[in-house]
Amino acid sequence: MTAILQLDHVGKRFGGLQAVNDLSFVLGEGEILGLIGPNGAGKSTLFNLINGVFTPETGKILFRGADITGEKPFLIARRGLARTHQIVQPLMNMTVEGNCTVGACFGRENLPLTDARDAAREAAIFVGLEDRLQMQALHLTIAGKKRLELARALAARPTLLLLDEVLAGLNPTEVEHMIGIIRRIRERGITILIIEHLMQAIMSLSDRIVVLNYGEKLAEGLPGEVAQNPQVIEAYLGDPKLAAALQGSA
Amino acid sequence: MLGIIASIIDGVLVGLVYGLSAMGLTLIWGVMDVINLTHGTMIVGGMFALYFLATGLGVPPYLALLPVLVGGFLAGVALYWIAVHRMVGRPPLMSLLSTFAVNLVLIGIGTGVWGTALFNVAVSLPGVSLGRYTFPGAHILAAVLAAVIAAALYLFLHRTRMGKAVRAVANNREAAELVGIPTTRVLAVTVGCGVALAGVSGLLIGTLFPFTVLSGDGYQLKGFVVTVLGGFGNPVGALLGGVALGLLEGAVTPFVPVSWTLVIEFALFVLVLIAFPGGIFASRRGAL
Amino acid sequence: MPAMVLRPFFWIITLVVAAFILIPALGDNVELRESLALATVYITLASSLNLMLGYAGYINFGSIVFFGLGGYICVWLVDAHHWPLALSLIAAGVGVGALAFIFGLGILRLRGPFFALSTIGIVEGVQAFVQNFEPWGGSAGIYISPEVFTPLGGPGRALWVIYFALVATMGLSLYLSYGIKISKFGLGLLAIGQNEDAAAILGVPTPRYKAYVYSASAVLPAVAGGLYFFKSAFIQPSDAFDLSLSTEALVVAMLGGQGTVTGVALGAYLYEELRGYLLVSGTFSHFQLVISGVLLLLIVLFFPGGLMGFIHSRFPRTQKVLE
Repeated sequence: MTAILQLDHVGKRFGGLQAVNDLSFVLGEGEILGLIGPNGAGKSTLFNLINGVFTPETGKILFRGADITGEKPFLIARRGLARTHQIVQPLMNMTVEGNCTVGACFGRENLPLTDARDAAREAAIFVGLEDRLQMQALHLTIAGKKRLELARALAARPTLLLLDEVLAGLNPTEVEHMIGIIRRIRERGITILIIEHLMQAIMSLSDRIVVLNYGEKLAEGLPGEVAQNPQVIEAYLGDPKLAAALQGSA
Repeated sequence: MLGIIASIIDGVLVGLVYGLSAMGLTLIWGVMDVINLTHGTMIVGGMFALYFLATGLGVPPYLALLPVLVGGFLAGVALYWIAVHRMVGRPPLMSLLSTFAVNLVLIGIGTGVWGTALFNVAVSLPGVSLGRYTFPGAHILAAVLAAVIAAALYLFLHRTRMGKAVRAVANNREAAELVGIPTTRVLAVTVGCGVALAGVSGLLIGTLFPFTVLSGDGYQLKGFVVTVLGGFGNPVGALLGGVALGLLEGAVTPFVPVSWTLVIEFALFVLVLIAFPGGIFASRRGAL
Repeated sequence: MPAMVLRPFFWIITLVVAAFILIPALGDNVELRESLALATVYITLASSLNLMLGYAGYINFGSIVFFGLGGYICVWLVDAHHWPLALSLIAAGVGVGALAFIFGLGILRLRGPFFALSTIGIVEGVQAFVQNFEPWGGSAGIYISPEVFTPLGGPGRALWVIYFALVATMGLSLYLSYGIKISKFGLGLLAIGQNEDAAAILGVPTPRYKAYVYSASAVLPAVAGGLYFFKSAFIQPSDAFDLSLSTEALVVAMLGGQGTVTGVALGAYLYEELRGYLLVSGTFSHFQLVISGVLLLLIVLFFPGGLMGFIHSRFPRTQKVLE
């Protein structure tokens, strides 16, 4: 199995805070790797490091063997890496179709406008937004916006997809729908790195789990192993609900 | 050599007044992310107020500070309601345009009534001599008053309830509202203070140099430079930034024709921003 | 680009250009020609400004600098070096476009309001430079000797030639504006205008695109400037770099509806007519500023979509045809 993403001793400081510290892991092609950890553990920062928004002070990030450490975000997107955001970032005054077309135009395949529109429509249909293609993004519900965020990333036909809490703020039906979509994304051969707080969901979706705490890797392994890991449970003990959920999903 | 030092010292004195003139701009910018493009014209307003109070009504120039302070505050509150209130929360570009629009109106009226006539209320006070060089008394007094007003602003922000409310709103408007701070009133007060500061600094500058309706542009530009040098919403920083600018001018003007001074200051503005995209003290945004 | 020819709006633009050419020409109406000439300048400036403002979302307060520099380059080449007009115009356009690209790479690193402020400074800086630049006449400016009109068939005919050239420039600016809007480049710009950071993460090459559009917004105003000052046979720094013209272009673009091609053109035309009336009715040139200011304030506060935004919301069908 080839490594799609490799992190070698990546570190990032913000003033006095070491947000990410000496982090290393490997993500294999076709895997779904779940990233969990208490709030403030550095998960979103890690995503920002991977897709070029921040530059790490130490360490290297390799995407399909190429060193992308510190590369600009738009170049990384061209390589085939797409991401969704915890706080969704739709292009408000553009339609669903327009948003996705941007993704398709400037993503991995760098499609011309007409082909991009087709790819956009396809991605929108894939996530279930076909009835709202011409709706302006600002008129969508939060669930709709989350789907748009995902569709837009998919329209870019990425090889690696970074999902940042796609399930947050969704009701149980919507969560189930999203989980189904994520599984189908993997079936298409796209590798996924996913941050999620919904324990049940991430434990069942992921092939492997990496646990972050205070910017450091606390544990790594199969979901079952990680859930039993006493250090991991202790890290979550500050949050009894989460600890119970961990133990419950073991 | 002594000539250059004298020029520099004078630059520091004038710089304190520049710092004051920037404080209004940086206060409004730092608290509500609004760039007040009427700032320069409000400074000119202070200059004209001085002219009419001093030469028209015979009010001693420095006593005119009080009415200008009050008048400026009221004008600022009016400005808030006309051009800023609806822009809060919208992208800063929108407030840029709305204050720009008000400025057009003011300049249009100003040049329509007074044209580009030169006004001079320069006050002559006994100065302090250092060897061959005399530092004009007016420069010294203006500098002292600028420092006093700046200190008053600092005390206001850190020792009064309203001042603390202003800082709270600057830090996080939504959170401030949640704890019961009447944000609209605070924002109106902030703009009022900002314009009042512009007005009094205009008055002080008016005691030093002649002016026209269009003089505001230059001082507004200096205000921008001072703001990026000293930090947004940071009054002490504004004072220091003003001094730095004054120093720079003092060092440069003996060697460079006057028309280039503004260009150099502007280039400085652009270069500092290219190097430090949020201003030199970017990390302190939102903290007064 | 070829696809553009099939769209109805392309033909609307062509009709407008044809009207501008035929109506004054057929009636040999000099007064109308002069009024329309000024309108073409406003439309060219506003449409070009719109590329930055309406598409990429960057306010350029100092777009006059392209107009003025273009004027200077053209006038200087014609007067001092006896270049033919056409060549001088091309040189002006290309030269200013290239300068804009280089400068753009620098100042476009600044975000939103900072960029806007720096555009004012560029005008001040260029004006100060030109005022001290002897080869361009310093603050006195350059007067063109009347012989330059001879190759164009004498002064009378030359004014017609210049007019047609101005109309052509206006037409080009409208086609360019539309062409960009329906292209992939335009889509990227619109994304930048909505959310620059998100656009970058989506793969839009933001630094390059911003520099391209800034440069594109410079070329046709430069040519228009060349034509305008050649026609006046005189150029001086205070006219060439008068900020109120770029302010008016900004008001006009917002009045008509930033981001739309029709709105901007319509706004430019209406404003120019209004201004014409004002100037005739007395020495109200300062009230021109007051009116601009009031208009802009009203638009920003209550009608951010401008005239076109209003029309599109009332008559949604128009969105398909009138861009």
